[in-house]
Amino acid sequence: MNSQPIVRIEKLAKRFGEIEAVAGVDLEIVRGELFALLGGSGCGKTTLLRLLAGFETPDAGRILIDGQDMTGVSPHLRPVNMMFQSYALFPHMDVAANVAYGLRRERVPKQEIRTRVAEALALVKLDGHGARRPAQLSGGQRQRVALARALVKRPKLLLLDEPLAALDRKLREGTRFELVRLQEQLDLTFIVVTHDQEEAMSMASRLAVMDAGRIAQIGTPHELYEHPASRFVADFIGIANILDLGNGQWLALRPEKITLSIGRPDMAQAISGEVVDIAYEGDRSLYRIAVKGGPVMLVSRTNTVRTSEEAFRRGQTVWLGWNNDAGQVLDG
Amino acid sequence: MVGRARFAFTVLCFGYAFLYVPIALVIAYSFNASRLVTVWAGFSLHWWQALLHNEAMLSAAWLSLRIALVSATLSTLLGLAAGYVLARVPRFPGRMLFGSLVIAPMVMPEVVMGISMLLLFVGSQQFLGGPDRGFLTIVIGHTTFSLSFVAIVVQARLADFDRSLEEAAMDLGATPWTTFRTVTLPLIAPALGSGWLLAFTLSLDDLIMTQFVAGAATQTLPMRVYSSVRLGVDPQINVLATIIVAVAAAALIVSVRLTRR
Amino acid sequence: MGRKSAAGDLTMRAVIALPFAWLILFFLLPSALVLAIALGTNAPDAAPPVELGWSLANFGLLFTDDLYVAAWLSSLRIAATSTLAALLLGYPMAYAIARTRPERRPLLLMLVVLPFWTSFLIRVYAWMGLLAENGILNQVLRWSGLAAHPGTILGTEWAVHLGIVYGYLPFMVLPLYATLEKLDWSLLEAAADLGARPIAAFFTVTLPLSLPGIVAGCLMVFIPAVGEFVIPDLLGGTGTLMIGKVLWDEFFTNADWPIASAVAICLLVLLVGPIALFQRQQARSLERR
Repeated sequence: MNSQPIVRIEKLAKRFGEIEAVAGVDLEIVRGELFALLGGSGCGKTTLLRLLAGFETPDAGRILIDGQDMTGVSPHLRPVNMMFQSYALFPHMDVAANVAYGLRRERVPKQEIRTRVAEALALVKLDGHGARRPAQLSGGQRQRVALARALVKRPKLLLLDEPLAALDRKLREGTRFELVRLQEQLDLTFIVVTHDQEEAMSMASRLAVMDAGRIAQIGTPHELYEHPASRFVADFIGIANILDLGNGQWLALRPEKITLSIGRPDMAQAISGEVVDIAYEGDRSLYRIAVKGGPVMLVSRTNTVRTSEEAFRRGQTVWLGWNNDAGQVLDG
Repeated sequence: MVGRARFAFTVLCFGYAFLYVPIALVIAYSFNASRLVTVWAGFSLHWWQALLHNEAMLSAAWLSLRIALVSATLSTLLGLAAGYVLARVPRFPGRMLFGSLVIAPMVMPEVVMGISMLLLFVGSQQFLGGPDRGFLTIVIGHTTFSLSFVAIVVQARLADFDRSLEEAAMDLGATPWTTFRTVTLPLIAPALGSGWLLAFTLSLDDLIMTQFVAGAATQTLPMRVYSSVRLGVDPQINVLATIIVAVAAAALIVSVRLTRR
Repeated sequence: MGRKSAAGDLTMRAVIALPFAWLILFFLLPSALVLAIALGTNAPDAAPPVELGWSLANFGLLFTDDLYVAAWLSSLRIAATSTLAALLLGYPMAYAIARTRPERRPLLLMLVVLPFWTSFLIRVYAWMGLLAENGILNQVLRWSGLAAHPGTILGTEWAVHLGIVYGYLPFMVLPLYATLEKLDWSLLEAAADLGARPIAAFFTVTLPLSLPGIVAGCLMVFIPAVGEFVIPDLLGGTGTLMIGKVLWDEFFTNADWPIASAVAICLLVLLVGPIALFQRQQARSLERR
């Protein structure tokens, strides 16, 4: 893998009226990685994507793609393709014409267009659907046409705006792996925008968490989950118990890193509390435990045995224990 | 539920009767043997024959058709541009004025538009020596009020339009012009078609603006109808009305088919 | 949004300039001319019969001569009552269409729109035969024994009202239907569930929510009705005063261009309020999409 960055974003800023959508972002994306931009709605992730595609012009800063400054370059001249959240399939063209659209604009010879469209459709497992209209396809098929249309131009960079949001839950998981497979097979660089942390964590080689137009943290999924850099990231990704250690220091402790027992455990940290609530989720159960004179803490237990009874009951006094390296200490 | 259904049925029967009974009577009396609308004197095609041999009426109709064709086409082109600008260009010098100017002809009383347009042509004749009042001035007058209607239809269609379709085209390498030609235009074509039909109908039917700007030598169909009708009921006008209703119904059915597809 | 001004390139400039220039030349400039002529004086022997000047005498005449004031007031009155009548007929129709089965609605709507696509002039003409002294309506009245000696409706304000309601009914029904069709009917079920009788539910839920449609429909009838010429001319006879007809007569019969222009200006002033309201609502309904 070539480690020279394919995208370099320098001090990028964009505001809409009073709102700072992107507020000074610096970011490098390496060739061949699947990078995810994760954040809640209005955090600026979609604006960042649209700045990359050229649909918005930055107020300050610049974007370099493959070493070329993109300032002032129109969307149609950028070596970038996008898969739209709505898919944006042209309703008045059939599937083949949709996929061929970008190649026609490059004046690729007709014969070559035909073979490349067929290849792209085969890649997304839609062989033989070329003559259909978008309206005749299922949601999953439409998503794959949109993907084929964006891939067929072999862009240096593929931008995917909430690629799975419009699919139902079952389809979403399969498609997730399919996207990763394609990205690896074609050795392309993907930037995926998503609000779904599970999606971002499972797909991305690296991801950036965005908050209020800024990047809160960049790292591998593992780094972000186990070593969050701030209370925001700890709280945003997964569930965290955030304990006040005093002196402006906090401890972020994941629910599964805590053990529950009836008697006092032999661990570095141990406190007792009362079970106030149990949420049974099938594969695991989530306990809410009120610590005496302290906060309500969340503890999860994997349900490894098929007994019908919960191990602990509501109202029961239990012990919570964890080791010193179980959590991440944060400064503010 | 039964009461509500009966209420709806009664209301609709009354409403449609109000709308259609006058038209139905006009059509029926186009086949009346008598000259008087008050007396039914038996079925006759006499007035149909009379109209088909009425040279003045036929030449007026032909003139009106030509004017309507030209002004509908012209106002569709201008209205497309104006509607596109309203929907897609948020800022340019004079944007506010432009927006008001596009809507104004729709709400301006026609007598006022008519008199103002005539004053313009009188003035231009005084100072520039032309154009002579007739075909050209009528086309200009009709185009000016029709283009507003087309612009509003186009703007409404573009406002409903999924912007990401255009962005997708540009993302795939289409220049703004190619994007317009291959994506925007095909998708707003039905709206443009009904805009054209609307402009055509407005022009074909216009009396007031035409009366002001036509000049002495030119007579369009509505002008002829008006001067004939002022004198009272004329069975030849009933025949004309029957033809117009038939054509309008056919055109409407075609345009509904077009937009549904 | 925030996109780099597309007006930058040449094609876009032409696209803006063409309709802009057309409207300035053929709409704005002529409107200014009307004002200029209104400030001039009548010169019957000249061609054109106008002497330019800076006199407000024409406007003064409009306020002092009873004819104009009466025409002004009766235009407003007739337009207002006709609009109300059109609302009272159009609202139940729009409501009934919006509540029929969805597959029937296109046909019902088409039937409302169809008359609009035929000739306005001819639709007004249709009433002439109906309302004349020996017209079909009076024949029916006599034959049915409802009235032995019915008066003549043609040539009265009644006929003008009928003509306006008839001519502009589609403009009332369409915007009303558009708002009623979008209405969430479960709101009425909720009102019923909370104890509202159907009448109360209508006045507390349906009517307030359809207010935008009511305003739009009323303006679309009222604005053209105030300046209407064909209907008062053909159906109203000599007894009906309306400002559009006064303008027409001043211009074509009396050939007094300055007075006709001054009447035109006053007609516009009369409509500034309703037109501004209409434009605001248009802009708002476009934003809402």
